[in-house]
Parts: sequence; structure tokens; C-alpha cells
Amino acid sequence: MTAPNDRGVVWLGSPAFPEAAREALKDGQLRANLRRATATIRDKRLSVSAELDDWEQLRDAAAAIKQHTARHLDRYLVQLEESVTAAGGTVHWAADAAEANRIVTELVRATGGSDDETREVVKVKSMATQEIGLNEHLAEHGITAYETDLAELIVQLGDDRPSHILVPAIHKNRTEIRDLFAAEMGRHGIAAPEGLTDEPRALAEAARRHLRHKFLSAKVAVSGANFACADTGTVLVVESEGNGRMCLTLPETLITVMGIEKVIPSFADLEVFLQLLPRSSTGERMNPYTSAWSGTTEGDGPSAFHLVLLDNGRTDTLADPVGRQALGCIRCSACLNVCPVFERTGGHAYGSVYPGPIGAVLTPQLVGVDSDTKGAAASLPFASTLCGACYDACPVKINIPEVLTHLRAKVVEAEGGRTVEALAMKAAGKVLDSPRLLTAAQKAAALGGKVLARDGRIGRLPGPLHGWTDSRDTPAPPTESFRSWWRKNREGGTS
Amino acid sequence: MRIALFLTCFNDTMFPGTGRAVVEVLERLGHTVDFPQEQTCCGQLHFNTGYRPDAVPLVARFARTFADYDAVVTPSASCAGMVKENHPLLAADYAPAGLQREVAELMPRVHEFTEFLTDVLGVTEVGARFPHTVAYHPTCHSLRGLRLGERPYQLLRAVKDLELVEVPAADSCCGFGGTFAVKNADTSAAMLADKADTVRAAGAEVLCAADNSCLLHIGGGLSRQGSPVRTMHLAEILAATEGVAR
Repeated sequence: MTAPNDRGVVWLGSPAFPEAAREALKDGQLRANLRRATATIRDKRLSVSAELDDWEQLRDAAAAIKQHTARHLDRYLVQLEESVTAAGGTVHWAADAAEANRIVTELVRATGGSDDETREVVKVKSMATQEIGLNEHLAEHGITAYETDLAELIVQLGDDRPSHILVPAIHKNRTEIRDLFAAEMGRHGIAAPEGLTDEPRALAEAARRHLRHKFLSAKVAVSGANFACADTGTVLVVESEGNGRMCLTLPETLITVMGIEKVIPSFADLEVFLQLLPRSSTGERMNPYTSAWSGTTEGDGPSAFHLVLLDNGRTDTLADPVGRQALGCIRCSACLNVCPVFERTGGHAYGSVYPGPIGAVLTPQLVGVDSDTKGAAASLPFASTLCGACYDACPVKINIPEVLTHLRAKVVEAEGGRTVEALAMKAAGKVLDSPRLLTAAQKAAALGGKVLARDGRIGRLPGPLHGWTDSRDTPAPPTESFRSWWRKNREGGTS
Repeated sequence: MRIALFLTCFNDTMFPGTGRAVVEVLERLGHTVDFPQEQTCCGQLHFNTGYRPDAVPLVARFARTFADYDAVVTPSASCAGMVKENHPLLAADYAPAGLQREVAELMPRVHEFTEFLTDVLGVTEVGARFPHTVAYHPTCHSLRGLRLGERPYQLLRAVKDLELVEVPAADSCCGFGGTFAVKNADTSAAMLADKADTVRAAGAEVLCAADNSCLLHIGGGLSRQGSPVRTMHLAEILAATEGVAR
């Protein structure tokens, strides 16, 4: 098995979720930014999904296609390789992040241009390359990767981390972005114009001017993929700005890094996904740019196309019959936008390129919870109230609460019953499996409550329950439990 | 019909009044209710925290305790959801075929209280009077777990002299989440603060729900803020007969 640090995914050194969340919650600006942004997307998503009479059937169809593909992934991946190769592309297989990074670096170098030309690549927004830490790896080898998606550019210029799958700079408001553009753009190319305002149009124009010459000069582009059709070898990128389209068509060489779970059996299956994805992600009926290409075409677009198929923990995830649902994710972010936890903490608290509810089920599986039960990844399945809003919103019907409790059990199993909590749970189990012991515990609780309560309410307490009592009063347990009352009043017995 | 009350360990210990209210309403409707003393807990605490094997004896106890009843009624949407959704799952993974069969046979007879009233008994008017302004909090397990939908509202609208008001963003989780409130106390408190704000904005005297656990959390937050809004289980409102001649 690959060591987790060969897989990327998580940001090394991230604290466990409760601590990271505590820090994030102190940032009032962040919470205001998030509340406004998630509420807007949430409302748009609800109204455009309600327009379709067959929305639920579409979700069922998407879930069925993804389940079917996962069961026959070996077959569809080989078919995809054959189709892409037949169409003039080259397929590479990468077991983990390290191998994928090595392949991409060698491919960039092998393009054989002048030194300057092989020192720059332009990038289409891509989760897979975030996952493997490609930009950092390329930088170590003297190659600069320029993010061209507006939000990714904001993150890159700020030497920041993405906090949302679709809107990676959701934690920033436009004033913060203006300041960043004014300070940083000049160091990486064309500077922001003098007197830049925080009007969205002005910010977009500054980004456009900054990026334009990079599109025109770069010889190599790197992208991810939203879908790849096994039957035709067609690869798709779905985006809003057209910057992706520039990267996918202008450079001579295109390298696409794609998680193996992104394959779908047939071009015809896109009918389902291209209805679900834009509505679930940006709340639009249709996204502005959908680029699809099959291998290479003489005189049109890149003359070389490389598809890097990335495993990086996905085969391990596939082996888990409950957890594998998470591989159905189409990265729409609907679960993030409806999640009450994400809305308060933001994405950075998850310590992973995959934040929010989907991150809480995907990250621990990709890196393995058994590798480090005290680590950030193992804390993620507990970062949920199990409220179920994510499951209702998911366009491919991933039962995220089911996977969360499943992964909690795996974390606890990996801890091997050696924690204080495990001992407490064992003790509670004994009491709760015995009406006699439960009755005794109820009497003890009533006595304890009498000691601790003032005016019938228990206030702040020290010790392990302070997290509860710091924010809430608790009523003192009543002197008589129901079972005791029933015995006396309905069965004529004594307690 | 032989009806058993599954009160839940939490209500038994902390909210005996909810149990008395369920019995009161069902008896008023002409039914006899039993409380088998062998009952304890549904195992949700263990299941949701990751201690599945420790929940298995509780699944067996539940199946044994309630096997002979025609209906098992519980005033907790989250415990009803635990029993209906996860007891079969735990039985399949950890229990012999005999228990799996007993669990499967019992499941259709397990009902959350409001669902039992509206769907099994076919009643929405239970003879209650409660002359107060009331808001209903649809807990996550009521709303997205059991899909209780309109049922609690139908029951509340039929209560005499009750004025029902809406909580803004009512479908948003209150932040309780069982051990989440302790493991992720800061996030839970942030969610609670927002929920308490919307509850106060609703302008109700009483906030009710189909789960005392969420109400303990929300009510605890309101009390700490000095808010006069009271929390009550829905069953206690349906049991109320303030000023009705009896």
C-alpha cells in the first residue's frame, strides 16, 4: 500500500477538524462571506432544479450509471484507453500522486521546445492536479504552472489554499481580491491597471489582461476532466469563463490528469450528467463553456494529447462496498453549499483539497483512516451532525450520512478500543443493556443534577462536558424517571 | 391493537413528561398503551459515534422487548429513524439469521408518534387546547430522515386556540448532532447561535419539535441567552387541554 504522503490530498500538518474549525469560527468576515455566497448558490440551485419534472429520475439515472461504472471500472478504463489511443491520444497510468507528477513533468520536458517554452504551462481548473500537488512539484523542477481560472488565479496570487471545490476563493470578498490583484499581478506578468476598483467587471478585466498573453505564449496546457466517455474516447471539461477553452485549444500539447472514477460508459450518458452538473453547481441551466475533444485533430487544437489516469487511493476506496459511493462524485459542490457545518467553518478547516461533506467522506478514504487515527483525515467523518442536507442535494445520490457513520466505525475500529471514549462507550453499553442498571443510573443522575443545578438548571461545568455546558443551560434531570413513575402509577409497584 | 410506548432512554431519564403526554393522547383517543419495562435504548449513541458492535445487544433487546406488540410508538424522530434504518443494517452485519428475521418483521410496526397518529390511527384532531403562540422546529431526522412532512403541522393546526408561526430557515440543522455537540463543540455552538436567533425572530412563546434532544440543545442555548421562549415536545402540546371541560 502507498504511504499517504505519496498521495497528496491533505495539507500536511493540518490540525484535526475541531481545532481548525475553532480558529476559522473566530473570523467573522469569513462567516459573513460564506453565508452570503452559499445562500445565493443554494437558492439558485433550488429554483433551477425545480424546473425539471424529471429531476429525481435524473438523479436516479446518474447514481445508476456511476454504480454500474464502478462495478465494471476495469473494463471501461481499458476501453477508454483503446478509444483515446485510436483517436490519436496517449494514455498513461499513475498509481499515486508521485507517479502522476513524474509523468507530467517528463511530458512537459519532452515537448522539446526552447528552455523558456518548457518552463511554463497554463492550467485549466482541476481538482485532480490540486489533489496530487502538481503545481508544487512542477515548481520544484523549474516549471511554472499558471492557473487561468479566475478563482484559482486569486488563490495562486495570494499563495493561498482553495476552500471550495467550485469556488476556490469563496472565502475572499471582492475588496480583498482587489487588494491582492493590485499587489501581486505585476510580479507574475502584466500588472493590474492603476486605480483598480473592486467592481466585478474591473476585476475580471484585470484578470483577462493578465492572462491573455499567457494563453498565447504557452506551449503546454494541463487540465483535469469532468467526464471521459469509454466508447468514443471523448474527454470533457465543463467551465464558466472560457479560460479553460483557451488552454484546451491554443497550446501544442495538452496533458489531462483525470481520476479513474471519471470515466463513464458512453457519450450518450452525458445527457444525464450535463443536465445535473450545471444546475447543481452554479445553479445554471447550462454552463457557458463545455469543451469536448476526442484525441487529436490535424490542424485543429493541440497536436499532442496525453491522458494521465490517476488511481491515488481510488482502487482502495472501490474495495469498500459502502464507501465507494463517494467515487460517484461529479464535483458539483452542492453538498458544500447546503452544509450547515461548511457554512460556519469554511473549507480550509477540512485540511484537504476536498472540503465539505464530500471531502469528509472522500479524504479519509483516499488517504486511509487506519494510517493515522489521530490525524486530520480521521477527524473528518465526525465533522457532521448527520443532518442529511447533503444527501438531498447530491445530484448522484451519494448517501453521505451513511458513508460518514460507516467511516466513523472504521476510525473507531482502527483505534482498537484503547481510548477513554471506547471505555466509556463500553460502560454505557452495559448500563443501557440493563433496565436495572439504567434505573440506578437515572437515580444517580437525579441526585447529581440536584447538586449541580440552580433554579432547576445546570450552568457551566468544568471537565469533559464543558464544550456542551459552555453554550447551553441543561435542565436538572427530574427526580423521577418515567419508568419509575409507570411502575408506581400504572403497575402498582414501587420504584 | 396492542400498543407499546418506546419512550427512549433519553426521554425516560430527562423528559418523563413527554412519555406521560404520549400515553395521555393515546388513551384520550381510546387506546390502551403499555410500557414494557425491559426497554432501554435504541443504540443510536453507539452507532453514530462509530461503536457498532456495542449497539448490537440493544438491537436484540429492542426486537425481544417489542416482538408481541401490534404497534411500537416513539416520541423521537431520531430514535425511530435509528430503529427503522439501522437496526436491519446492524442485524445483517452482526446478528444471526434468527434476529435478522425478528428485526425485519418488527420494523413495519415501529412508528414515530406523529406518523402513528396521522397514518395509522388516521387522526389529526386529538382534542387538545393550547392558547399560545407556537413554532415548530422540523428536526433533521423528522424532515429528511423520516420525511414527516406536513404531519406535525396538521396536528398542530388542529389544536384549539394555538397560533402557529414560522421559524425562518427552519430546515437548517440546529447543530446538536449527538456527540457532535461535544466533539465539535465550537461549530455546534455557532450553529446553535444562528438557530436561536431565528427562533427568537419567529416571536413564539413555545418552540416544539418531534425530538427532545434537539430541543434540549436549542432550549439550553435560549436559556443561556436569557430568552423567555420555552421548548416543549409536540406530544405535550397535543396532550394539553388548557381550559377544556373534562
